[in-house]
Amino acid sequence: MRLHEYQAKKIFSEHGIPVPRGRLAETPGEAREIAEELGGEVVVKAQVLVGGRGKAGGIKKAENPDDAERIAKELIGSYIKGHKVEKVLVEEALNIKEEYYVGYVIDKSRKRPALILSRKGGMNVEEIAEKYPEEMLKIYFDPLWGLQDYQVRKTLFRAEFSSSEISELLKIIKNLCRIALKFEAELTEINPLVLTDTGFIAADARLNVDDNSLYRHPELLKLRDATEVDELEREAILNGLNYVRIGGDIGIIANGAGLAMATMDLVKLMGGEPANFLDTGGGLADPQKMKTCLEQVLKDENVKVVFVNIFAEITRCEKVAEGIILAMQNFNRVPHVIKLVGTNEELGKQLLREYAEKSGAEIHLVDSIEEGAKKAVEIAGGV
Amino acid sequence: MAILIDETTEVIVQGITGFQGRFQTKRMLDYGTKIVGGVSPGKGGEDVFGVPVFNTVEEAVEETGANTSIIYVPARFAYDAVLEAIDSGLDLVVCITEGIPLYDEMKIHHRLESSKTMLLGPNCPGAISPEKSKVGLLPDRSFAPGRLGIVSRSGTLTYQISENLTRAGIGQSTVVGIGGDPMPGLTFRDILPMFEEDDETDAVLLIGEIGGSAEEEAAEYIATKMSKPVIGYIAGITAPLGKRMGHAGAIIEGGKGTAESKIEALRDAGVIVAQSLHDVVDTVRKIMR
Repeated sequence: MRLHEYQAKKIFSEHGIPVPRGRLAETPGEAREIAEELGGEVVVKAQVLVGGRGKAGGIKKAENPDDAERIAKELIGSYIKGHKVEKVLVEEALNIKEEYYVGYVIDKSRKRPALILSRKGGMNVEEIAEKYPEEMLKIYFDPLWGLQDYQVRKTLFRAEFSSSEISELLKIIKNLCRIALKFEAELTEINPLVLTDTGFIAADARLNVDDNSLYRHPELLKLRDATEVDELEREAILNGLNYVRIGGDIGIIANGAGLAMATMDLVKLMGGEPANFLDTGGGLADPQKMKTCLEQVLKDENVKVVFVNIFAEITRCEKVAEGIILAMQNFNRVPHVIKLVGTNEELGKQLLREYAEKSGAEIHLVDSIEEGAKKAVEIAGGV
Repeated sequence: MAILIDETTEVIVQGITGFQGRFQTKRMLDYGTKIVGGVSPGKGGEDVFGVPVFNTVEEAVEETGANTSIIYVPARFAYDAVLEAIDSGLDLVVCITEGIPLYDEMKIHHRLESSKTMLLGPNCPGAISPEKSKVGLLPDRSFAPGRLGIVSRSGTLTYQISENLTRAGIGQSTVVGIGGDPMPGLTFRDILPMFEEDDETDAVLLIGEIGGSAEEEAAEYIATKMSKPVIGYIAGITAPLGKRMGHAGAIIEGGKGTAESKIEALRDAGVIVAQSLHDVVDTVRKIMR
C-alpha cells in the first residue's frame, strides 16, 4: 500500500523528520487561505499516487495567494497519468541550497534492508544509479539489529561528507529507519531531502508499506486510498480478484498468475492484444467466483472476446462451467473461448455445449492454449 | 535419487487438522507419500486419516523421526510455525502459506542462515518426485517418472507444462515449485546444483516469470558451473511496468525484472529459451533426445 505525500509527511513529522509548513486543500478557496497563512511563495502539489508527478505538471510554484488559487483550480479534478487529482498540498516554497536523496528499501535477493544515500537528489533512484553510480551510497544492515550509527559514519566520512552534515543526516536517517520498522515499510524515501539556510527539510515523502502486514497496522488501513489504482482495478480488489488492465480487446481469465501471464503472452505472440490480466486464485468450486471474474473482465467495454483458461486440479470442471453459464445468462455480450482441463472435464464441456445450443451463445471449446489463443485473436480481428 | 524428496522422505503436516491440511494430507497419502505425523497445538492424541497428531513439532519429530515438514497454517501464524520447524532440526520445510508479512520473512531468513534446514516457499505448491513422493499440492495426473528436472516460480502453469510433457512421453525426476514470493527460501540458484548432481536428471527446465532477479542469478550459475542442458521459459512478456501480476514477486520495479532481461541473461548463459508455451515441449524433446 502506498501512502500519499501528505500522509507520509504527517508520519515523518511525528517522528522527528522536519517537513515544510503547509496543509491539504480540497478546494481552490482553501488553497488560497493556506497560501495567505503561509505568506510569500508557495508550492501547490497534486496528491496522486504516481511516480514522475512533477514532470507531468502536478507540482507548481505560486507567487501569491491568487496564483495558488488559480493553480489549485487547474489541478483539482484534472488527471495526472490517468489518476484523478482530488486534493492538493499547499506548502511554503523552500530556499534550496542542496538536494539529497535518502531512501530505505528491502533488498529482496539479499533478504535484508538497505539504506541508500546520494548527493544527487531530486531525480529518481534508478536515474541516480544510472547517471551517477559513484554518487550512490548503499548500506546493507541486519534486519534484527537495525542500522548502526557507525555504518552511516563509515560510509559518509569515506564519501567526504562534513562532520556537521553527518550528524544532521544521521538524525534523519535514524528516524527514517525507525518509521520503516514501525510501519513495516517496503520502501520509504525522502527525495529530495533539501538543505536550506536553517537545516535539512524533507521536501517530498514516500512511504510504501507491506500489504501482508496491514492487519497489524489498523491505523494505516484507515489511510488507504482507493485512487491508488485504476477504477476497474479498484472494483476487482473489492471482489478479491487479481486484475490488471492492459488495454487491448481480448479478455483473459486463468487460474494462477503464471498461467494467466503465459496466456496473455501467447495471445500477443499470435497477433492479438490482451485487455487484461486476471488470476482467479482459488475458490472456483463456487460458481459465483467464475461469474464474478467474467463480469469483471466484461466491464471493460473494449473487450471483444474472452479467453478462459482453467487448469482445474482440485476444482471440478462442471462447477467452473456452471459459473460461466451463470455469467452468460446475465450478459452475453461477446464470444467466449474456453479451455477446461481437470477433474470431470467432459462433464463441464458437456454443460457448456448444451447451454450454447439452447441459448445460441457463442462458446468455443478448445483443447489447447495455442488453439484458444488463435481462436480468440481470430474473433477479435487481429489476424 | 531425485532431489529434495524421495521414497525415504518422512513427512509431518503442520496444521493437519485445518480444512486444507486435512484435505491435502489425504491427497499426499493417496499418492504414497510417507506422512508419519501431524501437528496441531491442543489436538495431540487425535488422528487424521490414521496419521497421529502431536501438540508440537518437537514431539512429532521425537516420536516419528520425520525429516521433512509441510506447513498449512494461516499467514499470521506461519512465522511461528516455520521457526518451530527450523528449531526442531528438520532437513526440509515446505511452506504452502501465502501472504506472510515481509518482516516476518526477513526474520525467518535470518534464522535459516544459522541452521541446516532448507525452506521451500512460502507461497509455493511444493515438490514431487513422481511415483516416489509428493510434498505439496501438485496434481498427480500431470506427472510421470522420467529424467527431466523442473524448477518453477508458478503453480498451474507448471502443472500445465508438466502435463504436456508427460503426454509427450517426457517424464520428470523431480518437479520443484519454489513459489511466487518475492523472498523465497530455496531459489533457482539453490535448486540447479541439486539437479546438476542428481544422477537421475539429464536436463533441467526452468520456468521463470517477471520480477526480481532470481533468473539472472540462475543464469550466472548456469554459465559457469552447470554441465547439464537447461531449457528456459519466462512468463510475462506482455506484463506492464509497475503492476503486480498476481504473485507478490511478479512485478517490474524501476524497469528491473522484465521478461526480456531474463531471457537475455539466460540465453547468454547458454540456456535454450522457448519462445512461447507451445514451444516448450518441442524444445525439451530436442534436448532430451
